[in-house]
Amino acid sequence: MENLLEVNDLHITFHTYAGKVQAVRGVNFEVKKGEAVAIVGESGCGKSVTAKSIMRLLETPPAEYGKGSINFGGKDLIKISEKEMQKIRGNDISMIFQDPMTSLNPTTKIGSQIMEGILKHNSNISRKDAYDRALETLTLVGIPQPEKRMQQYPHEFSGGMRQRAMIAMALACEPKLLIADEPTTALDVTIQAQILELMKDIQRRMETSIILITHDLGVVAETCERVVVMYAGKVVETGTVEAIFSNPQHPYTRGLLKTVPRLDMEKTAPLVPIIGSPPDLLDPPKGCPFYPRCESAMKVCKDHDPELEVVEEGQTAACWLHHPMAKAAQLQANV
Amino acid sequence: MVSLKNKTVKEKTVNENSPLVEIKNLKKYFSVGSQTLKAVDGLDLKIYPGETVGLVGESGCGKSTAGRTITRLYEPTDGEVLFQGKNIFDYKQGEMSHIRREIQMIFQDPYASLNPRMKVEELIGEPLAIHGISKGKERRKRVEDLLKLVGLSPEHITRFPHEFSGGQRQRIGIARALALNPKFIVCDEPISALDVSIQAQVVNLLKELQKEMGLTYLFIAHDLSMVKYISDRILVMYLGRMMELSDSESLTKDPLHPYTQALLSAVPIPDPTIKRERIVLKGDVPSPINPPSGCVFRTRCPKAMEICSSAVPEWKEQKPGHFVACHLYW
Repeated sequence: MENLLEVNDLHITFHTYAGKVQAVRGVNFEVKKGEAVAIVGESGCGKSVTAKSIMRLLETPPAEYGKGSINFGGKDLIKISEKEMQKIRGNDISMIFQDPMTSLNPTTKIGSQIMEGILKHNSNISRKDAYDRALETLTLVGIPQPEKRMQQYPHEFSGGMRQRAMIAMALACEPKLLIADEPTTALDVTIQAQILELMKDIQRRMETSIILITHDLGVVAETCERVVVMYAGKVVETGTVEAIFSNPQHPYTRGLLKTVPRLDMEKTAPLVPIIGSPPDLLDPPKGCPFYPRCESAMKVCKDHDPELEVVEEGQTAACWLHHPMAKAAQLQANV
Repeated sequence: MVSLKNKTVKEKTVNENSPLVEIKNLKKYFSVGSQTLKAVDGLDLKIYPGETVGLVGESGCGKSTAGRTITRLYEPTDGEVLFQGKNIFDYKQGEMSHIRREIQMIFQDPYASLNPRMKVEELIGEPLAIHGISKGKERRKRVEDLLKLVGLSPEHITRFPHEFSGGQRQRIGIARALALNPKFIVCDEPISALDVSIQAQVVNLLKELQKEMGLTYLFIAHDLSMVKYISDRILVMYLGRMMELSDSESLTKDPLHPYTQALLSAVPIPDPTIKRERIVLKGDVPSPINPPSGCVFRTRCPKAMEICSSAVPEWKEQKPGHFVACHLYW
C-alpha cells in the first residue's frame, strides 16, 4: 500500500540557555494509508517532538529543523510556507492531545470550537451546514444529547467526554492522518477503553491513518498494526506489533517488555527493571545511546552508533548485535 | 544494601494474627457549598503486619482520601483507625507525633512533594530533626545510610531536588518516609508519575525494603497490573464504597463484582496475540456529591437489577477471604 507520510532523517534541536538539546536525531518511519502506527518511548525520547514537527507546531526558535524531510501528499512539510501549512493542518492532518482540559478553549462553547475548523477549511460552507456537520461528528464520537452538548462549555464535560469532543474536532474535516499524542494517559482505564474503541472504529470506518504516541505497551498491542520504538531521539526498532511483542530485536525493546507487569503474568515472575536512566540530549553519547543501560553491550557500542537495519522481513533495528560479526555475541545475549 | 535495625521483624511472628492497622467504618465527607461530598463512605479493612494491601479504583473513588484519613492527614467524619489496637483519632496533638513515627506516607508527585529549596540532607533529615533524633554528624551519617538503602549515593547529600530525575526523587521521598523506622507506610500512587523503565526500579525497591525491614504497605494506585504485582490483597473502591476485597491472585483471576470484572477487562495487555472479550462500561463515574441510590455502581453496571436501585448491597464473604458487595451474590 502507498505511503501517506514519510519521515526521513528528521533532525530537531532546541536552543536553550544550557545549550543545544538534540531532541530528535535522525528519525525515519512511514505511515501507510489506513494504518495505525504507534510511536513508543519514554519521556524525553523525542516522540512528541516528532509528532508536533509533522504538524509544524514547534516554535522556531527555540526549535530548529536540521536535516531531513517530512513528505506528505508530495510536499515536504518542513519546507512549505506557513500559509500552505495552515491548509493542511486541521484539514488533512489533525492532532489530539493528552490533556483535553488545557487543549480546549474554556471560554468558547464546544459547538463553536468544532465549527471553527470546518468554517476555516471550507470557504463556501454556510454556518448552518457547518453546524450540522459539527453535530454529526459529535454524534459519531458517541456523545449523548449532542444538540445540548454543542451549547455547553468544556468545564461542563467530564474528562472522557472532553477527549471525545477533541476527537470530534480533529475529525470534523475528515483528515487523512490523525496524530494522537498520549490521548488516554490522563483518563481512567474504563474511559481509556472507550476512547481506544472509538479510535479503532474511526480508523475502520473513515480509513484514517493514525499515529498513536504512547508509553503504554498494552495500548499499543491492542490498537496498532505497526510500532516505532524511540530512544534518546532515535528510532531503535520498527516492526509489526506481532513482531515487536513476540520477537523484539533491540535490547531496549526487550527491556521495556520485561519491565512492565502484566495482569496475566504469574506473581512470582520478577520484574526486570532497566537500570540507570536515559542520556542527556544536551550532550548525546557518541555511540549507541542505550549502551550504558544495555545488558548485551559490546566494545563497539561505546563509540559507534549503529544504523537502523532490516533484521527480518518488515522489521528493522539499530543494534550492533545484528552485525554479521556479532553473531556469537547475539547468541550469548539470547541465552 | 545497608540493613537498619528494626524491631518489627522480630515482633512479626508474635503479631501474626492480630492486624497492625484496623480500619472500622471510616467515613470522610467534605462540604461543597451546601452539599456533602462523600469521598469515603464506610471503609472496613484489616491490614496485617508485613503484608501489602493494594487499593484500586478510578479517579474520584476516594482512594487517596482514604489514604490521607488513615494517616490522619484528614480528620475523619466518622469511624476509627486502630493502629496496634489503639484508635489514632483519640490521640491529642502532642501524642500524635509518636504515631507519626510509625505511620508514614510516600506521595505521588516526586516534584511537588520535595521542597525545592532544601538540600537532600535537610529533606531526609527533617523528620529526624522534628522528632529530636540524633544531630550533627550522627544525623548526617543516618541520612547517608538511608541514601544507600534506597540506592542513591551518599555524595548526593548536598544536592537539591532539581538535580535529580523523577525516579531518583521518588527514592528521596522513600528515604524520607523510612527515616523514622516506620512500621506502616501508605504509598499514594508512588509510581504513577514515573516512566515505565523507572517504575519497575522503584517497585522492586519497595519490595526489597519490605522484606528487609518488615514493612506493611497500603499501596494506592490505579494501575491494576502493577497493584497485582506488588500486593498480597487488593481492595477495589468505587465512589467512596468498597466493592470487592480478596487476595490478589483470586481477585484478578476470578473477580466477582461486575465493576472489578470491567476494570480488569479494560486493562490493556501488552500481547497482540491475546484477544479478549472486553466489557466496555458506558458513561462516566457519577458525581460523588449526588451518588446513585442503592448500589453506587448500578448506573454503569451491565448486570444491574431492580433491587440495585433500592437497597445497598451487603458486604459479604462470598468465598473464604473473598468479600464482595453485590446483589448478584445474595
